[in-house]
Amino acid sequence: MANARENSLGRRRFLKGAAASAAALVANSAPISARPQEAGAARPNPAAPPNAQLAADTEPPPRRVASRLVERPGSDFMVDVIKSLGFEYVAANPGSSFEGLHESIINYGDNKLPELLTCCHEESSVAMAHGYAKIEGKPMLSLVHGNIGLQHASMAIYNAYADRVPVVVIAGNWRDAGTRNNGVNSYHSAQDMALIVRDYVKWDDEPASLTAFAESAVRAYKIAMTPPMEPVLLVIDHDIQLHAMGDARPRIPRLTMPSPPAGEPGAVREAARLLVVAENPRINAGRAARTPNGIALLVELAELLQAPVNGGGDRVNFPSRHPLAGSGTGAGDVILNLEVQGGGGPGFGGAARGANAKTINISSLELFIKSNLQDFQHMPDADIVIAADAEATLPALVEEVRRQLTADRKRTLQERGKKIADAHHQARVAAAEAAAFGWESSPISLARLSAELWAQIEREDWSLVSWQGFVSGWPGRLWNFDKHYRYIGGQGAGAMGYGAPAAVGAALANRKHGRLSISIQTDGDLNYAPGVLWTACHHQIPLLTVMHNNRAYHQEVMFIQQMASQRNRGGDRAHIGTTLRDPNIDYAKMAQAYGMYGEGPISDPKALAPAITRALDRVKRGEPALIDVITQPR
Amino acid sequence: MFAFFVGFVFSCFSWWSPATIAVVVAQQPPVDAQKGKELYLKYSCYACHGYDGHGGAGARLVPLAMTVERFTAYVHNPRQMPPYTEKILSDAQLADLFAYIKSLPVSPAAKDIPLLSRIINQRP
Repeated sequence: MANARENSLGRRRFLKGAAASAAALVANSAPISARPQEAGAARPNPAAPPNAQLAADTEPPPRRVASRLVERPGSDFMVDVIKSLGFEYVAANPGSSFEGLHESIINYGDNKLPELLTCCHEESSVAMAHGYAKIEGKPMLSLVHGNIGLQHASMAIYNAYADRVPVVVIAGNWRDAGTRNNGVNSYHSAQDMALIVRDYVKWDDEPASLTAFAESAVRAYKIAMTPPMEPVLLVIDHDIQLHAMGDARPRIPRLTMPSPPAGEPGAVREAARLLVVAENPRINAGRAARTPNGIALLVELAELLQAPVNGGGDRVNFPSRHPLAGSGTGAGDVILNLEVQGGGGPGFGGAARGANAKTINISSLELFIKSNLQDFQHMPDADIVIAADAEATLPALVEEVRRQLTADRKRTLQERGKKIADAHHQARVAAAEAAAFGWESSPISLARLSAELWAQIEREDWSLVSWQGFVSGWPGRLWNFDKHYRYIGGQGAGAMGYGAPAAVGAALANRKHGRLSISIQTDGDLNYAPGVLWTACHHQIPLLTVMHNNRAYHQEVMFIQQMASQRNRGGDRAHIGTTLRDPNIDYAKMAQAYGMYGEGPISDPKALAPAITRALDRVKRGEPALIDVITQPR
Repeated sequence: MFAFFVGFVFSCFSWWSPATIAVVVAQQPPVDAQKGKELYLKYSCYACHGYDGHGGAGARLVPLAMTVERFTAYVHNPRQMPPYTEKILSDAQLADLFAYIKSLPVSPAAKDIPLLSRIINQRP
């Protein structure tokens, strides 16, 4: 604390000194035309900040209204609009371009519904909203500073976009150049701020009045929540937030959500016909189940058809221990892809595909493809394409399949189902047998880490709020994913920096339901913006973070190793630029520094279970906790 | 391993005198599992196969069923993993690597691990 105070005073003294130097330079300056250039003349200290920056850093906020108070600022009305949309939280790193709205949220809105979450980086704000939406099924609001905050947030917005997740982002702007100050206010303003992220938001607007704001905010929410769900952006003028409202309170439009687009009956009937007559159909589910009902519908369809379901890795689409879960056996002759990005190429989920297999694609992305970015993947081959939301189409598809199934056909399908169930059981046994490999190893195997965790959470109402891709899918192979909130999937666009904040956001959504949130956190990801650990502590968000600390951006180790080997240069330098060693990072201490319970590093597999127990005890008391586990690479 | 080298040297140089053969054999360094371990770490074999050879992104190596000849041929010209030619890893180095992998302990079976046997027997 003493050091922090000294540093703070030191910075103030520096700024004061720099201000004095700058003032002296200004006082001594003469018109340029009257002053000859002198060789070797003293130059201003390049390290000294410019005057405008100094003023912004050292002086009290300027008095914007000299002689009267603003009784009914426009941002109060903005809060009314935000409240009307049911936002529970607003995640933000503070920024003066939205200072009016910030103040209205915490005072006029009483910091409730929405409650402001203090974030240490805008990427964390949006990624928290991303994780929250995947549990709660609705967006969180995120406020970002003009230009700079939006640029910080941009990667997280792209992740949410590629993951088809609704997030509502509001950015501040000083739009009127006539009243805008020079200096930082101008740096944080733009003629068309949304341009920064327009390629990967579904819709954006910059309303020019409070009336327009109300309409735009309701429209933004509606667009974000209509499949395919995506992030949206509103840019709000700084001065509209500050100015007093007129006498007439603008209207807040009523939010009426459109029914999601369902498949055309004729196409659904033909899809059902193909599925009913198929000898070996397969179902691939990407981001298909938006709600718990989506899982129930998919179970119904699979059981009617006795068809295997590859649940993918983006959502819980299908219970992982259902006898029909998996890829079944043999080559598929009819493939049903539900919200599979790119329509499901031959490699999706490793599903074998017969040479003359028919493919049915149902996806809302058929209705919405744009952007310079190639997140929409390859043009899919298909025999039937239904441009509709898969979950909204499933009731009609289930009914049509039920209608077309004869009693004889049902008996035949039951036999097929037994074979698929047998294959499912064999796959489960094989996974457990594979988990035994390296059981006693140190560093600790990811299979053991997953098995030790499962033993302690299986009787809880748990939720895995981290991606499984970097842990070789071990939780999916060993745990029972039977509810929609058991798993939130991955980043969307594959960008690091998502994991830690998305876990905190998802854990926040789980908190009110009393669920136990678990994150298997990769070390590379956490180092992008570890300040979110502080956010979890500050807002008392219960979350068990188990570090998968392989001390590397390990995927890249393997890529560089492969590159070097293909060039006949060996792989002995693959660690350069890809590993996080020398010094090793102490994540327990990092957690402690942010105010969180931290334990580790743990490299002895026998020490893992007791450490999990101690950390879970903290989490069950309502606080976040972290254990640092030194792990095998994959 | 050592017998392999003796046999290999003998077959290649069978027209040499017994005295010469003895010298050549004596010059072959014995396989060294410790050196193999150093190579395993230096060339990041662990990156795909795990620190103890139990697999990961790459195949499980323990227990290793290959002969050293097959192992050497495969590493030099593999089907899937990145190639490590003789320029990068010599036959002698691969012999050390082979010896190290052979020395790694085999894991217990899942049925003998209570946590895993429980998972196998859990109902859907």
